[in-house]
Amino acid sequence: MPTYRTHLLVCAGTGCVSCGAFAFKDALEKEVARRGLGDEVLVVATGCNGFCERGPILMVHPDGIFYQRLTVEDVPLLVEEHLLKGRPVRKLMYVPPAAGAPVPKMADIEFFKHQRLIVLRNRGRIDPEKIEEYIAYDGYEAAAKALANMTPEAVVAEISAAGLRGRGGAGFPTGRKWDLCRRQPSAPKYLICNGDEGDPGAFMDRSVLEADPHAVLEGMIIGAKAIGAARGFIYIRDEYPLAVSRVSIALQQAREMGLLGKDILGTGFDFDLEIVRGAGAFVSGEETALIASIEGQRAYPRQRPPYPAQHGLWGQPTVINNVETWANVPSIIRRGSAWFSSLGTETSKGTKIFSLVGKINNTGLVEVPMGIRLRDIVFAIGGGIPKGREFKAVQIGGPSGGCIPKELLDLPIDYESLTQAGAMMGSGGMIVMDEDTCMVDIALYFLRFTQEESCGKCSPCRIGTRQMAAILARIAAGEGSLEDIKKLEALALTVKQGSLCGLGQTAPNPVLSTLRYFHDEYLAHIVDRTCPARVCKNLITYFIDPEKCVGCLLCLKSCPVNAISGERKKVHVIDQAACIKCGACLSVCPAKIQAVMKTTGEEGRALVGEIPARTGP
Amino acid sequence: MAQKSRKTGPSGKAPLADDVDAVVRGVVEKYGGEKRAIIQILQDLQERLRWLAPETLEAAAKKLDVPPAHVYSVATFYKSFSLEPRGRHLCTVCMGTACHVRGGTAILEHFERKLGVRAGETSPNREYTLERVNCLGACALAPLAVVDGRYHGQMTETKANQLLEILTGPSE
Repeated sequence: MPTYRTHLLVCAGTGCVSCGAFAFKDALEKEVARRGLGDEVLVVATGCNGFCERGPILMVHPDGIFYQRLTVEDVPLLVEEHLLKGRPVRKLMYVPPAAGAPVPKMADIEFFKHQRLIVLRNRGRIDPEKIEEYIAYDGYEAAAKALANMTPEAVVAEISAAGLRGRGGAGFPTGRKWDLCRRQPSAPKYLICNGDEGDPGAFMDRSVLEADPHAVLEGMIIGAKAIGAARGFIYIRDEYPLAVSRVSIALQQAREMGLLGKDILGTGFDFDLEIVRGAGAFVSGEETALIASIEGQRAYPRQRPPYPAQHGLWGQPTVINNVETWANVPSIIRRGSAWFSSLGTETSKGTKIFSLVGKINNTGLVEVPMGIRLRDIVFAIGGGIPKGREFKAVQIGGPSGGCIPKELLDLPIDYESLTQAGAMMGSGGMIVMDEDTCMVDIALYFLRFTQEESCGKCSPCRIGTRQMAAILARIAAGEGSLEDIKKLEALALTVKQGSLCGLGQTAPNPVLSTLRYFHDEYLAHIVDRTCPARVCKNLITYFIDPEKCVGCLLCLKSCPVNAISGERKKVHVIDQAACIKCGACLSVCPAKIQAVMKTTGEEGRALVGEIPARTGP
Repeated sequence: MAQKSRKTGPSGKAPLADDVDAVVRGVVEKYGGEKRAIIQILQDLQERLRWLAPETLEAAAKKLDVPPAHVYSVATFYKSFSLEPRGRHLCTVCMGTACHVRGGTAILEHFERKLGVRAGETSPNREYTLERVNCLGACALAPLAVVDGRYHGQMTETKANQLLEILTGPSE
């Protein structure tokens, strides 16, 4: 194998690819060759680096220099300066939002500094399409150890002692699940990797599958040994084509190397895996529904118990774990349970990956030790809220989770503390919200989501979520009553207690948690007919301030429904009856003019003459 | 509807009934005729034929030796299957939470107005299909729109107009 003095690691995760990472990589390869550096410098496409906000990203190894927001035009300068003259290019480096000097090294950037990588240990440093690179970083060492030197009991004991819990949502102890399945007398047994990552705003599973597919394969080989399975399935969401392609390549390479198939590594152990693509149904992330989907049925959940570990795929004992859970397994076997359980809190061990998205400066994927404070994630790693806005809440756990308000920013994050706070670990989506996010609107968003995704098998979920969404829509429209809050609470309880599967049982959480922490906002919508965040369309009014308007025609031209009248250099007026409140006028009104105003409640209604303006004191 | 669409497929020449049978046979055989692979089979068929016409579903049922009702039950349950012809261009707007808090709904409404169709619909001339998706996992790019498979992040009304002008422009 040839050696190179420098490796240029180009992130090729979905985020960066969407921003043109492949075009950048091609240009980089050409320029490297053109400048005669082909024998010294290797361009590598890696999996997701995590700092998606800054894509396309390039890491120079071994210097540790981090370049961001690159374009094809940056290539000649980069090659000339950094690779030929040894002068890192400051203007392509990351500058923290608080301003200041560029930070050259990746390890010094706040976003990366506080992270602790176990599952994502190979992110941004290996080519996920080359098994050799995974092996070079201790890959398949744990599988070899488990297959050659450990009994199934010992593997299960190690996972149990590590305290690993399911990373897909509920946090069930993985060792206990494996043990239950191992003890079943029935054969054959199956393994499933749940990669049907449906929570909107969560993309860690996609990233793991894209950046380090072999970690999942290795985890499953170890799991197969533990429970005695010969066949496994990796179920991947249809919306993740890149993940499907990388896992297919990984399976192929693992088979060629004798790491999958018959007589793995000469140990006499047989195991093979296949990919099953999902077809766009949120409920198929629920384990019994996912099993039905693999069987070629509609993804309907069923009553538990019996649990899949006893009665799963085709009625056989089946262990089903989430992508992130599987990817934790090799490190635990390789480095030992004591090492793993030294990280985290009393009840939640190891690390957790969160996707930090929404109104946050540093959008991306972060892997942090359990027990870290929410404040550290949002402000130290995430770099706070953009545009100097005020932090309002973090929504954790997707449609099953809840909103954590700023009073709880010092909450140490683990399974129990989140549940107590009315949220849920879920798969780890963290959506940051600022003062411009309306909590009633968010509750409505999630209820509409679950209502649409409810499979309809049980009535509490099917009917309950619809009724809750209808009440929320009424409140958001300014037509709610105080009675509605009581109805919401009663319905929430029924849906929680009466639903068949996790989808329905957790669907009311977004409503309950916003009612708990943002009761005032509900009251503002109901009593004052005001949307404090100025989001709910029925309660906001756009108005052009005649004192400020210079008659530039910009808003008039941008209005999709021609609701604005006026002429050049004359004050423009919005026809309130025609206005659809899309906000196009506000977004085009020049910052130095600021004539278009978005108002709510009485203030807005007074401006447009719907109610008489309040006279001064 | 179905008859007509077969003659006006996206590629200009849509498969005839014989071709549908041949395509179905090929795809089903690829999966060894296994009934459990029905979701994968329908996905492959949709990829080849762009949508699942009644005759495609019936041919698949016959080939797999399952009742047509079963094939329909699966095809109607999962969202990625389209039982109506799709347009030549596919616009998808992400409605994930990150996109939602950054104004994704306004973007979807803008596409709806511009294309004159609601989400999930195809324009009468079969040029455009507009769809919404729950989350594409590219939240750093929010709000996100995908036009013919290409991701376009930090979407605004102005950017959307530019994208649509390329599609609707005189180039066709």
